[in-house]
Amino acid sequence: MVKVVKPLGDDKLPLTKPMVGVAGKTGLWRNMKPVVNVDKCTRCYQCEIYCPVNTIIVEPETGAVINYDYCKGCGLCADVCPSGAIVMVPELGE
Amino acid sequence: MGLKLALTGNHAIAYAVKLADPDVIAAYPITPQTPIVEKLAEMIEQGELRAKMIRVESEHSALAACFGAAVAGARTFTATSSQGLLYMHEFVHWVSRARIPVVMAIVSRTINTPWNIWPDHSDFVDQRDAGWVMSYAMDSQEAFDLTLQAFKISEDPRVYLPVMIGIEGFIIGHTAMPVEIPDEKQVKEWLGERRQPYVIDGSEPLGLGGLTFPEDTEDMFYHIQEAMGNVKKVIKEVDEEYGKLFGRRYGGLISCYNCTDAKYIAVSMGAWSGDLIEAVNKLRDEGYPVGVLRVRYYRPFPIEDVWEIVQNVKGIVVFDRSISFGAWGQIYTDLAAGLSLYTDKLPRMANIVAGIAGVNVTSEDFYGMLKSFIDKSESGLLDRNYFTWIKIRR
Amino acid sequence: MSGVETRKLPLPHDARGRVLPGDAACPGCPIPIALKVVSAVFGEKAILVIPACCTSVILGTYPGQAIKASVVHVPFASAAAVASGVSQALRSRGIKDAYVIAWAGDGGTADIGMAALSGAAERNEDIIYIMYDNEAYMNTGIQRSSSTPKGAWTTTTPTGKIENKKDVARILIAHGVPYVATSSIGYPHDLYSKLQRAKNIEGFRFIHVHAPCPPGWRFEPQYTVRVAKLAVETGLWILYEYHNGKLTLSGPSRPYIDPAKRKPVEEYIKLQGRFRAVTEDLINEIKKYVDENWHWIKKMSQ
Repeated sequence: MVKVVKPLGDDKLPLTKPMVGVAGKTGLWRNMKPVVNVDKCTRCYQCEIYCPVNTIIVEPETGAVINYDYCKGCGLCADVCPSGAIVMVPELGE
Repeated sequence: MGLKLALTGNHAIAYAVKLADPDVIAAYPITPQTPIVEKLAEMIEQGELRAKMIRVESEHSALAACFGAAVAGARTFTATSSQGLLYMHEFVHWVSRARIPVVMAIVSRTINTPWNIWPDHSDFVDQRDAGWVMSYAMDSQEAFDLTLQAFKISEDPRVYLPVMIGIEGFIIGHTAMPVEIPDEKQVKEWLGERRQPYVIDGSEPLGLGGLTFPEDTEDMFYHIQEAMGNVKKVIKEVDEEYGKLFGRRYGGLISCYNCTDAKYIAVSMGAWSGDLIEAVNKLRDEGYPVGVLRVRYYRPFPIEDVWEIVQNVKGIVVFDRSISFGAWGQIYTDLAAGLSLYTDKLPRMANIVAGIAGVNVTSEDFYGMLKSFIDKSESGLLDRNYFTWIKIRR
Repeated sequence: MSGVETRKLPLPHDARGRVLPGDAACPGCPIPIALKVVSAVFGEKAILVIPACCTSVILGTYPGQAIKASVVHVPFASAAAVASGVSQALRSRGIKDAYVIAWAGDGGTADIGMAALSGAAERNEDIIYIMYDNEAYMNTGIQRSSSTPKGAWTTTTPTGKIENKKDVARILIAHGVPYVATSSIGYPHDLYSKLQRAKNIEGFRFIHVHAPCPPGWRFEPQYTVRVAKLAVETGLWILYEYHNGKLTLSGPSRPYIDPAKRKPVEEYIKLQGRFRAVTEDLINEIKKYVDENWHWIKKMSQ
């Protein structure tokens, strides 16, 4: 049997817990921004499956929704989208 | 009630491990450690020990597997020697910095090349900066007691550091001596269930050892140094408890022989302390006021205890069975540095390195070395401290 | 793109919210894609044992980690050994609902971790070992590993690697372990079903995941999946499972047993800057290498 007992000196231990944004708001890394055309979106989930940062959620009602706080703008979603519903636009060009 | 068996140092350690009832043992063969894990394997196969044994493919993996098992909530043990200890050195650091209790026996053997399997302390002291509590036994009984106590100390919430127990290969490792084995039930009650600061077993998502910035990392390391301070207190408590329950007390981090009225102190660690004591007996018969201070715990270094013994003496001789090439013996280095924090007026000191690579040092040798130091010191011939490496040839 | 998978469930929903946004991976990194699949299968019951590799950095800094799973960071050579220890401890404690997964790169597997891997495989430890293969030491800045393919530029093979890629899956098959599979981040559902299968097998399971690295292979980050799929479509990377002594070609690779159906390797090579200096002779050698691999597959699956 094992019992977890905290160190008596309240020592700092090298332990980590799940956290969103461990590397900060990684959306700031972006040069290009993916934009979804919901009318073209077929809800095939390809972008959600492949998004390397888990910032895309596809729901039947909304289509693909991107969390721009953390989207790094890699463009992978646009490349895998089979219906051309995601296009990359320059971040500063808006 | 306990029983008395004639056991080699190696088997004494195996019996202590058995009483500690570990969950996981991982080990790799190396002379002169192998009899420990052979004995444990035998105990497991005969159903006397419920531990899982991982027969790993290297020492690096031996400590790695113990680390993984310990993190996942297992009481663990491994043993090694010499090159094996050096091969796992990366993990020696990793375990202590993770603050996870693990116990390991080191059956000392010198470091190659050339091939040589005889003992000195170089493999053991080489681990001195790694954050382990480090103890060294003088005989089989002490090896047994230190091993059992190691589990208690390692799993104390004031400590949470791994502990290693050293003995010299062959001299202690392979020499049978009577060992008292305490009652299993009594040991179980005293040792209690395993405690550790965290456990990674899938019960909650938890990470260990992820990328950490300098300031947080420094904090973690600072706490290891603080825990080392606590260890000194815990060792003494455990020694006392153990004495009350099982009848043997050693006095804590150091053990003294004829120190109270001594004007000269000889410092040593390990089996050759027995020969040193013999030499001191002879010198006492001749009227020399000399005693032996034996280092039982090398980390944390017992400087407070040493200071208490040596503050009024005229001279100290530190016998080191290892050498930091280009510097001095390691115990001397620690002791001299430590004493300099207590006083501006150090007693006359000498560091004698001997017994390297298994060269035999007898009580006559110690007698000669000590007598010469005291005689010279008394006749005013020593105007400074000195270091010497004495090569004994017969 | 050809070969786009359209099966929708259950992967996306199972993978949601477990690999957390805001990690420290490079844009287009394949690693979190594979981690998403792993977490879709094992959820919070995964204990990932991770040696030095890109993932050590990707998961972010203390006191946070970008994944809802347990993680044990370990020295480079030790993933399989630490995982063995964790697994034996769980067994000793009677814990059956947690999954010990060694998650290591190609360097930590094919090079420095090989002895520990072989040891754990030979002992048939109850762990899943996933080698994500980005074909070089990417975390230290693109140095050659034994898993780097012939002809590829790295910072330590400035004119291209001379030797062929070490075939780790075959080495594991030679160990006689219960389950060996190859997979690719280009085919998450294939990886998903392989992990599901592995989950229900006891003993040592090895999965080799091909993972194209945009900065290391010198292609634009949006092409990660495209490159991964081309490796399969050209027949260079073959997806299969080895279970109960039998090799089975996996769905995405099945058409390419027929050489006529394979895309020319040039398509794969031209997309990557690391192959810029590859000569025609070398391309022929690579083609020969592909044929030999398929010959082995055919022999094994008979």
